[in-house]
Amino acid sequence: MLFVDLCIQGVIQGAIYALIALGLTLVYGLLRILHVAHAALFTLGGYIGVLVTNGSGSFLLALMTAMLVVGVVGMSSYTIIYKPLLNRTPLIALIASIGIFIASEELFRIFFGAYGLSYVSPPLQVQIEILPGISLSQARVLVVILAVGLLSGVGWLAINTRMGIAARATVVDPQIAASSGVNVEIIRYGSFFIGSAFAGAAGVMVSLLNNLVEPTMGSVPSYKALAIIVLGGLGSVRGALIASLALGIIESFGTIYVGHLLDRDSIAFAFLIMVLMVRPQGLLARG
Amino acid sequence: MTYEIVVLTNMAIAVLFALSLNVITGFCGQVSLGHAAFLGIGAYTSAMLSKAGVPMVITFIPAMGTAALIGLIVGVASLRVRHDFLAITTMGVVFLFTGIVRKQELLGGEIGIAGIPAPDFGRIGLLVTSLLCVLAYLLFTIWIRRSWTGFAFDSISEDEDTATLLGINVPKFKLFAFIVGTSGAGLAGALYAHQVRFIGPDSFGFVESISVLAMVIVGGIGSIWGVILSAAFLSALPQFFQVIDDYKLLVYGLLLFGAMRFAPDGIDGLLRKVSRWRAVK
Repeated sequence: MLFVDLCIQGVIQGAIYALIALGLTLVYGLLRILHVAHAALFTLGGYIGVLVTNGSGSFLLALMTAMLVVGVVGMSSYTIIYKPLLNRTPLIALIASIGIFIASEELFRIFFGAYGLSYVSPPLQVQIEILPGISLSQARVLVVILAVGLLSGVGWLAINTRMGIAARATVVDPQIAASSGVNVEIIRYGSFFIGSAFAGAAGVMVSLLNNLVEPTMGSVPSYKALAIIVLGGLGSVRGALIASLALGIIESFGTIYVGHLLDRDSIAFAFLIMVLMVRPQGLLARG
Repeated sequence: MTYEIVVLTNMAIAVLFALSLNVITGFCGQVSLGHAAFLGIGAYTSAMLSKAGVPMVITFIPAMGTAALIGLIVGVASLRVRHDFLAITTMGVVFLFTGIVRKQELLGGEIGIAGIPAPDFGRIGLLVTSLLCVLAYLLFTIWIRRSWTGFAFDSISEDEDTATLLGINVPKFKLFAFIVGTSGAGLAGALYAHQVRFIGPDSFGFVESISVLAMVIVGGIGSIWGVILSAAFLSALPQFFQVIDDYKLLVYGLLLFGAMRFAPDGIDGLLRKVSRWRAVK
């Protein structure tokens, strides 16, 4: 029974990681930049989720608003942070991104207080029996459904639409794509919108699962999402999704079986370092 | 007077710490997001020995030794990964370090180690010791910079593959950079432990690793004098502006972003620009 419980916990955690990591891996594929400030968008999503739900009473409205607003903020992060730095070495953009991330944690604290916010009456708390003897709250089930739905939606877009094909072409070679008539800037803005909106959705779901948003809620997922996209093979979307799921499951087993030696966060990085020693290019290298 | 001495000692330790990362990231071009782990290794080694009765100055040697030993292991591991993979691997090192320390009763666990004995020669003595350590390390790095090793580092940081083609033993020089850099961080850690006399896992986390990388980059990657200036400035900033204490991280974050956005070559780049402008005039 414990085994099944741990697997389910791992899948839920993995679904959240996947939603966050998608945006990071899209940005890396297009710009070759580690987008640390992505985690601030995750936190912003959480705040919008709590504030709109408490204000309007509708969780669905909150989720939609969060995705839309965070998506737009994500697009502006491209304009403000990365666009002027594209000709510099990636390290410069990385440090600028970290600077914005540090500053944003303080902004959240100044605007919303240091102690965090909670849902007045947390929605989706009814327990559903998914397997005989195992029941989960609706919120936990929704996390997995949302992740599978959103991610397969993007997968469908990438394969079946002109826009998706143009986006994949831009990842492979921006110059050739541009000379074939692809508007590279639109692809970049679109990718920032989708990736950020998904991080916003993840923020809302995490705020619901913990019934708490606080200024620092983005820091740990941000480091782990970086580990995930490296683990998956930088820029590989499929690799990032596999790595998210693997990490979710390994963490949930790891905290039980090696928790007395390592804390939860270092289990993720121990796993990362072990994999990189065997496969320095990550699980699935970009073809 | 005590306050000024404490501030100056902190600055000296920050300068030493930044100079040590400058060898790895600046000279040799290997990005490290986990340098605080080596500060921690030095601090813990020195603190444990000092509590066992070993005189402070003697603990410097094992502190540098253990930091360099772990640095060598990380260096060997990092030979397999490059660029962004290396950055994230070194980030993993700092999380592993704090994760392991948190779970070890022997190392004080979450609570850390308190009651580290004060050095026999008082606060001024510690300041003088720190300055001497900075001076020694500074001379050593200037010597490296001017030697053939510095030339090899340059070529590796410019283009690793070409360096290999030119017959430079890239792994050997990378490992040398890691040993020199991490032992410097170990020394800074030993000084730090005796300066604050209380250390815990939170003093050596990812944020500290980023702060020291910021010092190197704001100074101008690889520039010794730029790094000294920026390390002294950034480490003293919060202490001189107590007023902004509440907004310290906000200012710090925006400063990092602003520096990268408007002066990506750091203080060194700015100074060069000014001198070129004056030459033209």
